[in-house]
Amino acid sequence: MSEEKFDVIVVGAGLAGNTAAYLMAQAGLEVLVIERGETIGCKNVTGGRMYSHSLERIFPNFAEEAPVERKITKERVSFVTADGASTIEYASPGLGEQGKATYSILRSRFDPWLAGKAEEAGAMYITGIRVDEVLTQDGKVVGVRAGDEEMMADVVLLADGVNSLLAQQLGMKKELDPREVAVGVKEVIRLGEDVINDRFGTTSDEGTAWLFAGDVSGGNVGGGFLYTNKDTLSVGIVTTVGDIGHSDVPPRDMLERLKEHPVVKPLIAGGKLVEYAAHLVTEGGYNMLPELYRDGVLVAGDAAALVMNLGYTIRGMDLCIESGRLAAEAIIAAKEANDFSASSLSRYETALQNSFIMADLKHYRKMPAFIENHRLFEQYPAMLEELMSGLFMMYGQQPEKLMKKAMKAVKSAGGVWPLLRDVKNGLGAI
Amino acid sequence: MAMSIDDKLGCNRFHPDDNYAHIEVNPDCTDTRMIERVVMACPAKLYAWENGKLRFNYEGCLECGTCRVLAGGNVIRSWNHPMGGMGVEFRMG
Repeated sequence: MSEEKFDVIVVGAGLAGNTAAYLMAQAGLEVLVIERGETIGCKNVTGGRMYSHSLERIFPNFAEEAPVERKITKERVSFVTADGASTIEYASPGLGEQGKATYSILRSRFDPWLAGKAEEAGAMYITGIRVDEVLTQDGKVVGVRAGDEEMMADVVLLADGVNSLLAQQLGMKKELDPREVAVGVKEVIRLGEDVINDRFGTTSDEGTAWLFAGDVSGGNVGGGFLYTNKDTLSVGIVTTVGDIGHSDVPPRDMLERLKEHPVVKPLIAGGKLVEYAAHLVTEGGYNMLPELYRDGVLVAGDAAALVMNLGYTIRGMDLCIESGRLAAEAIIAAKEANDFSASSLSRYETALQNSFIMADLKHYRKMPAFIENHRLFEQYPAMLEELMSGLFMMYGQQPEKLMKKAMKAVKSAGGVWPLLRDVKNGLGAI
Repeated sequence: MAMSIDDKLGCNRFHPDDNYAHIEVNPDCTDTRMIERVVMACPAKLYAWENGKLRFNYEGCLECGTCRVLAGGNVIRSWNHPMGGMGVEFRMG
């Protein structure tokens, strides 16, 4: 194989890599995808929900054939204290509208489908191979080395995920800063389709996305999540790596706190654990983007830190897909011009700048700093709890004006001015 | 009663590699504060700090990279992905 030269070598068969491989193969390029997992998707983890728009653009109505779990039609956000929860629910058929819908997915099921599309289009896949090094010649990337085997290509697309040692090796990316990266810890719990339908009040095709802020993260920056899959639930927490040690609750115990919470416990009761996973997710947003291209090389997806922290949720898979598409377009154009230099490949960055990816990343660039505020995870859920209990608990106590109740709650959360400042900063970050 | 981390890991599929430790710790590290944070951070609870000794077992690693990001070059001497086809195989993900 070392004699053969490919047009493109893609490292990593995740969403960015598979999307790019499909589009490039479709355009007639000779594409080799190298995946370190024994099977496609077996190293990939999501919390649970994909925004569909960027994949819809490539495969309209993909959910009709792709192995998605459920279409999310119910959104819940809970602010939780040790045993209470104030919950907002939004349910609307609009959430499931074609082109705007979001789906719960499991990556080991979903990614092979997308890779299958790329293979059908002519991309070649080898799995169970770890790429050890990106090969350069006169400052230009010319291929990769795996063990003692060298494979050459005009362009290498690094789509090797959040721990992209290869982009770091090239110096395109700095070591991740613990303040800019979070760890997600997740359990997939089998309950059965009917039980899930009953407990969440949905049909078999529709599902719930549920986010938790407050006590679950033990006062650390972070939160919990629950997504309904077909016959399982994805239940997990996300917490900033740099914050580990801020409280004495380890991330693995935050997950237990979430599962033990009175609001969650009955929903998972009787369930059987089928998998325990952990994965990093970058959340530095626009401020931590690496170098995206050089002579003969591009970086896409999680490897390029194309993940967005919206405060209440983290979004990355739709960005991965879009960056894969834009990388593919840049490479196809480079192939037509037979010019794989940095200046030719720079159209990738231009396209990213003109896409929703950079627009959204810029829009939310203040969010990572905003959510580092511990009041959000400690005082405010407690404040809401106090307010709610004041509203709903009637047991013959002395009446109290709502305003007074509210002020009492605000005071115990740190006072009016910090609250107003946080509200202003929060609105400014959104 | 909550499941132990070992029991949770027991639900996963692993392909252990007896010939290659993809993570190596620095046995001479004296940064006890950081050691404690790494022990706390690992979702698979693979690190233990007992009687002034850091114990680590790479089998059962979920390959998340938390220890690397937190303490690469400090508690963690080297961190790489397992060899191709080895390590954890997520069947759900």
